[in-house]
Amino acid sequence: MNQSEIAPDRVIREDLKLIADMVDAGSRLLDVGCGDGALLELLAREKGVDGRGIEIRQEGVNASVGRGLSVIQGDAETDLADYPDAAFDYVVLSQTLPAVRNPRGVMLELLRIGRRAIVSIPNFGYWRHRIYLLVRGRLPNVGYRPVHWYDNPHIHPCTIKDFVMLCRDLEINIERRIQLDHRGRAARFRGTGRFANFFGEQAVFLLSTNR
Amino acid sequence: MPSVPGNSPSGHTVKLGQTRSLTLDCGAELGPFTVAYQTYGALNADKTNVILACHALTGDQFLLGPHPVTGRPGWWKTMVGPGKTLDTERFFIICANVLGGCMGTVGPKEKDPATGRPYGLDFPVITIKDMVASQAMLLDSLGIDDLFCVIGGSIGGMQALQWAASYPERVFAAVPIACAARHSAQNIALHEVGRQAIMADPDWRGGGYLAHGTRPVRGLSVARMAAHITYLSEQALHRKFGRALQDRSTVSYGFDADFQVESYLRHQGKSFVERFDANSYLYITRATDYFDLAKEHAGVLANAFAGSKTRFCVISFTSDWLYPTSENREIVRALNGVAANVSFVEINSDKGHDAFLLDEPDMFETLGGFLNGAARHRGLEPA
Repeated sequence: MNQSEIAPDRVIREDLKLIADMVDAGSRLLDVGCGDGALLELLAREKGVDGRGIEIRQEGVNASVGRGLSVIQGDAETDLADYPDAAFDYVVLSQTLPAVRNPRGVMLELLRIGRRAIVSIPNFGYWRHRIYLLVRGRLPNVGYRPVHWYDNPHIHPCTIKDFVMLCRDLEINIERRIQLDHRGRAARFRGTGRFANFFGEQAVFLLSTNR
Repeated sequence: MPSVPGNSPSGHTVKLGQTRSLTLDCGAELGPFTVAYQTYGALNADKTNVILACHALTGDQFLLGPHPVTGRPGWWKTMVGPGKTLDTERFFIICANVLGGCMGTVGPKEKDPATGRPYGLDFPVITIKDMVASQAMLLDSLGIDDLFCVIGGSIGGMQALQWAASYPERVFAAVPIACAARHSAQNIALHEVGRQAIMADPDWRGGGYLAHGTRPVRGLSVARMAAHITYLSEQALHRKFGRALQDRSTVSYGFDADFQVESYLRHQGKSFVERFDANSYLYITRATDYFDLAKEHAGVLANAFAGSKTRFCVISFTSDWLYPTSENREIVRALNGVAANVSFVEINSDKGHDAFLLDEPDMFETLGGFLNGAARHRGLEPA
């Protein structure tokens, strides 16, 4: 899903910058669901990253390749299996996890082909979403794109807490986590747990495994 | 360093394999032998701007034209030229007639030095790998160590893949377009129809038609007609011709070319035989049938690209049923299997396999972006 067409530029830049901050210069990186390649372009320019991308939408792929990025048309759920173990220093999955059929399987694949994974998720436990559902009795619009519930690609919505527990089940280490406020900026608060799950609209996780 | 000649309408030729012959896949030794080629644009001082364009089954080195036999524009005039995607003001583009061809490179219609008569079927069966080996020898003779890019569509794409597999250190970027890493059963079958059409023509004379002063034009023409259908798509044929009649208002209740599509195909066949040699058609289709890049790597295609530093851009077309996207994607999967640097785009087009020869703005744009990105990494001056 290419969010950047809809999202105000300021919001997406902050989101990408936070991810970019987690990446070491000159590393090898795969961006799964890379949209039109904005993150890959940022990382190549700012950090000399050797980046690759997978994008499901053909227009996004063509735009990325046209910008000189190495991107293939493909599906995160089936095509990650093609890559060898530890092929990348980082594998990025940005805002896509709730839209995949098998989030557990995808998470394991990310950390098989990457030494680390960077995963960002929209938080369905954000306080505004909770109140919206409580008061209005309707599902909140979660994520960047304002859509009707029946058009929403999120088939596996989760909260920050849900995600943290999935990581625990899969024996995935959370090396860093950053909550984002409703303006898409890194939240000032440092807290985790319940507090973060209430006040973070999104979160970015730097993950690794001991395997 | 041998000098690189400029453009010339008659085409360049070079004698290769004079000190060491080329050992073909079939075991035969070839050499010395002639390769005919054309160059477009100028070689830069550090020789980093070389693009090798590989032609398809019935193409030749005259990609820009005019063609010396037909006088028509070249087969890749949409892609190559000043300011075009393969910009002749920026890149030095080489295109050589393949081994077994009939536009000046050694092939079945050339004289066998052993007998002084045309080879005919005494010409050894060649492979895509042999073609690529001869192109590598051509580069050696031109004093060019490595390629900025090797690019081609269809059988030309197979050559680009073979280049990346055989000479990874000589290929900075490779662009296989509308091709496959092996020829499918269906495609072998289609080739066999064409070959049988040629061999069924009494004028073929067991392949010795040149000595008999005949030419199997009917067989070759039918082969071309059958093949031409596979280069198009159902949508393209429908859009172009539908069921429209040719110069008549009603069907003739006979076997004239009632329909425009029949007339078109007959014209395709007729004009093809003017410029192409029937035995060359046999040899080049055979080379393609034998192409199976995984086979020489223990059956695992990914092994062909292990450790490759080449930047790949694989391009397919939605309506290409000769080399469908699924087969192009097999190449991408293999490249991902060794974490190679690969881009893959599927271009939306209803023009079928031949789309790679036609005006496809999306192809030009994405390919242009890929080449610009590769050029930056190569340290080439921006256009």
